[in-house]
Amino acid sequence: MPKQDEIKYTKTHEWIFVEGENATLGISEHAQGEMGDVVFVELPKIDQKLEKEKTCAVVESVKSAFDIYAAASGNVTAINDKLEDDPALINTSSLEEGWMYKIKLTNPDDLKNLMDFAAYQEFVKQSA
Amino acid sequence: MSISQTLNKTALNEITKKYKGKLVDFHGWELPIQFEGIIKEHNAVRNSVGIFDVSHMGQIFFKGPDAFKLIQKTNTNDFRLGTIGKGVYSHITNEKAGIVDDIIGFCLALNRYIVIVNATTIEKDYEWLKKKALKMNVEVFNRSSEFSMIALQGPKAPEIMEKFAPEANNLLRFGIIEKKILDKDCFISRTGYTGEDGFEITAPNEIISEIWEQFMDLGQSYDIIPCGLGARDTLRLEAGYLLYGQDADDDHTTIEAGCGWAVCFEKGEFTARDILLNQKQDGLKRRLKGIMLEERGVPRPGSKVFKDGKEIGTLTSATYSPTLKKGIGLGYLNIPNIKTGEEIEIELHAKKIKAKICKVPFYKGSASKV
Repeated sequence: MPKQDEIKYTKTHEWIFVEGENATLGISEHAQGEMGDVVFVELPKIDQKLEKEKTCAVVESVKSAFDIYAAASGNVTAINDKLEDDPALINTSSLEEGWMYKIKLTNPDDLKNLMDFAAYQEFVKQSA
Repeated sequence: MSISQTLNKTALNEITKKYKGKLVDFHGWELPIQFEGIIKEHNAVRNSVGIFDVSHMGQIFFKGPDAFKLIQKTNTNDFRLGTIGKGVYSHITNEKAGIVDDIIGFCLALNRYIVIVNATTIEKDYEWLKKKALKMNVEVFNRSSEFSMIALQGPKAPEIMEKFAPEANNLLRFGIIEKKILDKDCFISRTGYTGEDGFEITAPNEIISEIWEQFMDLGQSYDIIPCGLGARDTLRLEAGYLLYGQDADDDHTTIEAGCGWAVCFEKGEFTARDILLNQKQDGLKRRLKGIMLEERGVPRPGSKVFKDGKEIGTLTSATYSPTLKKGIGLGYLNIPNIKTGEEIEIELHAKKIKAKICKVPFYKGSASKV
């Protein structure tokens, strides 16, 4: 399981945990709180090619639908099937059991402009 | 997210903040979308009890010898002379049979009625009703800014009411009593917008916080929780209740909205009676229908409805139903005679999702047993 200081964040509230050329992605604890009860998740397909900052998934809460953007470019290697039956895992465990998909990175430079946890916290505070 | 200082605040605004409600701008009112979570609040009302601030709703009073005449002439439903202490769900119609508002009117005395109107239509209703009253011997008062309103909803609501005002438990559905609470004149009715048994308490602004806290204390053993607009919307939609401004408006009629049961043609003349009668006899071009998804997904207001590849309408209300765990919705469809169970499709995120026409209400709660 990733530790908070190993995770990078986007300005659109996704997180990415990188291990070598592979990465696991999800949405931030702050984002799940803002969305409220998640009731449906549409994930990318395995082998799908994702482009950084393009829509790759949809999270639906009771309140509204939220587009999820790829934190980095890559090819999808795994998706979290558990979210199909239990989408609320995104609420209860946003960084662990609520992970959304894994990719093989195709452009490591994509990671350069992402925020660490402290910078992300500051960003959330500023945009409140 | 900061909320503009210019929003209207209800007398329960401080209480809402105390219980950590997440405030939003709801048609110019600062109200909570949720407290702990929409699904938790929804389930509390279905299974036990929840409490809502609905003080944004309006109160319009009729007083005078023609009070009965005014309510009968402006409304689709029959208020039946002399039914003191009874309420009726009804639509106020315009000259084209459009719905000015959907309301509950209560007879307090032979010459006195209270009409509970929607927040967004208070001024419009008041002006409309005053105009209609011009040639009658009746006065119309808009007292919305003096009164606040709490909805206590859920199958356990009567057990709490037993400790607060036991006489209110003698009420049948849509019944109302006037009662002194904390020395002030208040109203308790057996009504609500959730499909569950429960009460709405209308009281002067200055005592509403005290009443709220009494209910929170009395409800402790039933795990009462404050509920927001989010749960109010999922509960009312499961129960098949219209939301004015979405499912009903000045351009759609009561018959089109599927509320023919709230129209009484036999009672005599009322605004646009002829148009409604023609629609009933000659058929409709569009009608509000219920839909339920057969695949995963969450329909939303504005989602398009298709039948055999052809667009047949748009959803006016739609959400994930926490009770049925499926997507549900209402929408005006241009095949008014489409049957329950017929296969349709709903477009979500540029994909067509399988759905079917569904009976409304989607879910029958404890209110149907009162």
